[in-house]
Amino acid sequence: MPRETLIKLQDICRDFENDGVVTKVLHHLNFEIKNGEFVAIMGPSGSGKSTLMHILSFLDRVSCGQYYFNSEDTSEFNDDKLAALRNKKIGFVFQSFNLLPRTTVLNNVILPLEYNGAKDKKTAAEAALKAVGLEHRLNYFSNQLSGGEKQRVAIARALVNNPDVIFADEPTGNLDSKSGAQVMEILVKLNEEGKTIILVTHEQYTANAAKRIIKLKDGEIVSDEMVAERTDVKNGLVK
Amino acid sequence: MTVFSSFKLSLTTLGANKKRSFLTIFGIVIGVAAVIIIMSVGAGAQSLIFNQISSQGSNLIGILPGYSDENGPPASAMGVVVTSLKESDAEALAKIKEITAVASYVRGVDTAKWQNQSIDATFVGVTPGYVDVEEIALSSGNFFNEADNSSLARITVLGFEAAKDLFGEQNPLGEDIKIKGISLKVIGVVEKRGVVAFQNQDELIFLPLLTAQKLLLGINYISMIRAKVINDAEVPFALDQAKQMLRERHDITNPDEDDFSARASAQALDALKQITNALKFFLAGIAAISLIVGGIGIMNIMLVAVNERMKEIGLRKAVGATEKNIQQQFLVEAAVVTLTGGVIGIIIGVLFSGLIAIVANYLEYQWDFVVTVPSILLGVSISCLIGVIFGWYPAKRAASLEPVEALRHE
Repeated sequence: MPRETLIKLQDICRDFENDGVVTKVLHHLNFEIKNGEFVAIMGPSGSGKSTLMHILSFLDRVSCGQYYFNSEDTSEFNDDKLAALRNKKIGFVFQSFNLLPRTTVLNNVILPLEYNGAKDKKTAAEAALKAVGLEHRLNYFSNQLSGGEKQRVAIARALVNNPDVIFADEPTGNLDSKSGAQVMEILVKLNEEGKTIILVTHEQYTANAAKRIIKLKDGEIVSDEMVAERTDVKNGLVK
Repeated sequence: MTVFSSFKLSLTTLGANKKRSFLTIFGIVIGVAAVIIIMSVGAGAQSLIFNQISSQGSNLIGILPGYSDENGPPASAMGVVVTSLKESDAEALAKIKEITAVASYVRGVDTAKWQNQSIDATFVGVTPGYVDVEEIALSSGNFFNEADNSSLARITVLGFEAAKDLFGEQNPLGEDIKIKGISLKVIGVVEKRGVVAFQNQDELIFLPLLTAQKLLLGINYISMIRAKVINDAEVPFALDQAKQMLRERHDITNPDEDDFSARASAQALDALKQITNALKFFLAGIAAISLIVGGIGIMNIMLVAVNERMKEIGLRKAVGATEKNIQQQFLVEAAVVTLTGGVIGIIIGVLFSGLIAIVANYLEYQWDFVVTVPSILLGVSISCLIGVIFGWYPAKRAASLEPVEALRHE
């Protein structure tokens, strides 16, 4: 079955201006990501991988070039349209979890549903939490959970709107290797179920859980290759 | 996101920061309570004034020297001495058919002495018509008559308390008291009357008008004439007659050049109402300034909250909140804070006003407890409005944050 193109970057760049000094962070990148891919974006600090992810996930805009999402040019989208895209089409998993404190696990997962008028929010949130194995923690406060559990709540939150693509920004960065492996296992499973996953990481082992690795350096792509031998996350993340 | 869910969310957020929320609303509580209390106390004081004035009777005409606007007070009411009114004017007014009694007044303050006792007293020189005009009765002795007045008789009638203060349990009749070194024989004591028009009538000492004018004050003018009209319906007619007569006597052709002010007591009530209303709203306006100060406090705290919750704002935007959603959330939060403050302020204000009314009534003032629905609604809506106005800028700021910047904030 030929896969459709989900993301297409055409000659995009991103400049930041600080007190009149222009810093070029991304230089004329071109690549495509198809539905159902599992892509890891790698690179050292300052390589522009976070900026790239922010652009891909509509948290930031390109300075030049075109970004097609589902064949639509998103460069000219206004705030409301971008917010709707973030809400419906993508899910986020952050390194620092970004759960709302003093808020229950259930309400944290409901949060994205608050912004699209969904019905049966509770049912949808419970289903998402079940998918990450946290159905027994529904009414815990987010600050009562362990790091691994927090990240699984974040994944449930990313899943709850049934998005096309999940962005994971160093999802294992703040976790011990066992919890990290659990989180990666969920991401792999989601990918096997058909979700597109885009993972930003600087750990080779973690990146090797993906099917394709794009390496950045100084804002340019230095390699874009399929992974020959994928890490089996069930064996843990450390060799 | 609906307003209702924003509302629920704001309750959760505010509940999580109870201490800070309380401090934030404190300014609003004080402001709203102050407005309610001032409005209520103002209305209570107004009722007190009206009760006092109307206790004099509604069929009286008062004439003061000096010109005044239709509803403003004449200069003589402000303590300026105007000498244009004479006892002969009062005698002339008595000839008007609808006027049944006329009294002229002069007034002074001095020490009254009897043996070793002395009191600071207000003495009032009046014509004998006083008894009929003010409808007083004597508890003992007699009031002075025309003959006493015209002969400058050195006699006096004491108010109930003045008699008590000077003589204690002794019978004052026939005793001599001294005012300004002049001996005055007590010939009567007035029955207890209480406070009328803010003057405790029982502390007054009455003298024949001429005795007071010539012997004590050394003047030939009078400070007020009061005339009693046969009934309420004839008051406007009698008032017109009185004005015309005075103009004729004073050679005045243009009413704008009147050297006197003649009013019916009902008209005086209207004038007072205007003055007291102005005063009430002026004070409420001052209290409202504290609401603005409270509003600025809220803006300050909201700005801090925006900074503190930068990450939350970033996250909300990341999962699909629009600028409008974020703005609404912070606006509703500000409105809930101020509304809560407003409601607490209203409760405190009403309780405090009630307490003042209870105390005033306990002290035997005719003080009505007035808290009107409009003043409560005003308190609620003003406090809500302040939340929206002063929450606007912080909310706008929160809404316009770039999601990436907000998420990166530590």
